[in-house]
Amino acid sequence: METIIQGKAYVLGKNIDTDQIIPAEHLVYSLSDPAEVVLYGKYALSGVPPAQGGLPEGNIPFINGDDVHSAFTIIIAGPNFGCGSSREHAPFALKVAGVKAIIAESYARIFYRNCVDGGFAVPYECTEHLNQVINTGDELRIDVASNTIENLSSNITYKLNPLGSVFHIVEAGGIFAYARQENLMAQS
Amino acid sequence: MAQTITQKILSKAANRKFVDAGESVWLNVDILLTHDVCGPPTFDIFKEEFGPDAKVWDPEKVVVLPDHYIFTANEHAHRNIDLLRQFAKEQGLKHYYDVGTERYKGVCHVALAEEGFNLPGTVLFGTDSHTCTSGAFGMFGTGIGNTDAAFILGTGKLWEKVPESIKFIFDGEMPAYLTAKDLILQILGDITTDGATYMAMEFDGEAIFSLPMEERMTLTNMAIEAGGMNGIIAADKIAEEYVKARSKKPYELFKSDADAQYHSTYRYNVRELEPVVAQPHSPDNRATVRSVAGTKITKSYIGSCTGGKLTDFMMAAKILKGQKVAVTTNIVPATVQVARSLETEQYEGVSLKKIFEDAGCSVALPSCAACLGGPADTVGRSVDKDVVVSTTNRNFPGRMGSKHAGVYLASPLTAAASAIIGKLTDPRDFL
Repeated sequence: METIIQGKAYVLGKNIDTDQIIPAEHLVYSLSDPAEVVLYGKYALSGVPPAQGGLPEGNIPFINGDDVHSAFTIIIAGPNFGCGSSREHAPFALKVAGVKAIIAESYARIFYRNCVDGGFAVPYECTEHLNQVINTGDELRIDVASNTIENLSSNITYKLNPLGSVFHIVEAGGIFAYARQENLMAQS
Repeated sequence: MAQTITQKILSKAANRKFVDAGESVWLNVDILLTHDVCGPPTFDIFKEEFGPDAKVWDPEKVVVLPDHYIFTANEHAHRNIDLLRQFAKEQGLKHYYDVGTERYKGVCHVALAEEGFNLPGTVLFGTDSHTCTSGAFGMFGTGIGNTDAAFILGTGKLWEKVPESIKFIFDGEMPAYLTAKDLILQILGDITTDGATYMAMEFDGEAIFSLPMEERMTLTNMAIEAGGMNGIIAADKIAEEYVKARSKKPYELFKSDADAQYHSTYRYNVRELEPVVAQPHSPDNRATVRSVAGTKITKSYIGSCTGGKLTDFMMAAKILKGQKVAVTTNIVPATVQVARSLETEQYEGVSLKKIFEDAGCSVALPSCAACLGGPADTVGRSVDKDVVVSTTNRNFPGRMGSKHAGVYLASPLTAAASAIIGKLTDPRDFL
């Protein structure tokens, strides 16, 4: 796990469900064939209505044209991020697009578990409405040790909730890596 | 120590006497469910982590029900079915229900019930958020992702945080115009789409226990729409009869202790409730049908794990008999068994299927279809600025296909009444 996560912010609203993160019509591509995996990057966040993508202005595409990687690597969102369907394709798509961390006011359970157990983006909870004070494109720096995020564009630092009981799974890189460490993988 | 029904079931699965809300425990899994969208990537992770020759922990406990993208020309979707078939064969999974054969069932959550996989007191995990549907049978059911499912495939275990519970009590006798869908949309309006995040939603009260199993399943099905980990209703005589008619397996009945601790309790009298919809673009955006009556619609859709069961169609038929629909109306039975019942079940001497066809509805083949949009050729998929009244479960932007469409979630009674007028219509106008 990186101890410092730095990148540009992409700001979203509340209740960003997994259909907006990766629309259902794209769930047919392979998650293991590299030639198809990139399509998940291409269509990441493509279900967000344009005016609600890249706040506060909106109409800022997460992915440009035929790119498969985003210029934005830290997602800032309101409450209930990742609600809806259980599709692990959602955090997978964000990872393929280059997202390293998400900072939301709260998460839906399955999306949160998928992020942690699948070792995709690190799901941090913020303690205030960061999607109202951070702008899309701001340069951010997350310090994992101190659970803080600094907006390098405004020089303001905010507190994040510690990852708590899932920290060790996140640190290990997912449930399989963690289970091997803890010797929990024996087939029963 | 007093426990809720959810705590008791998780205690049993963790080989413990007591589990406390908030603690993480390792659970022994009774059934793992997967389908065509999440099965193939789950199997890939399983092989990557446990080795190319690894065997699943217990082939009797893996249920594979393709249902999402079935009747489409999409080649990638077909490939996913091929991958399921291949894995089922190689692992000797006898509970695989192949597409294009007599074994094909349809929407997994409804098929699980029909095939007798829902047993009181057991623990079910599934790679689908609506796995909570099975909680109507006094069991624990919840959705997970592919990685967690792959972990279960190899070990038969998974960690879970024991949830706090919210209790919803419905008193009174259900009026004919009110359905389980109205009850859950009422709750969603009250507690919002994250009001039960990481919690169990327990349903109780005489109105609940008067409902048939399929209506109870509509309630537990949409627990996820409030962020709930699981929805649960203690199994009673009606549940036991349903189970015994479909399974010979043993099961265990649990109920909450009278002094169990709840996060909160909500109490409703069903006589005071009325038909409601969830307006675009969120399942908690509740309005009474009367307050939005007259809103023009372009489509009506009756289907899915939420609103495509036999009881849903019986309600719709009651309204549609002898009427003509004014907008495109898709009837999408959840399963093959429901589809067959449309031909055999009658309302006032006419089969449900004939009632729908005479009214001008189109009856589709059983699958998830347009509930989640799906490939471009999916029946009922919303296009452009469609305004859809639908018995499905979600109406976030783009859910049924088009990002520019609006979806009103409603009961089958409301969807049928609105189809006739071409505008949102309170079903009491027809009852």
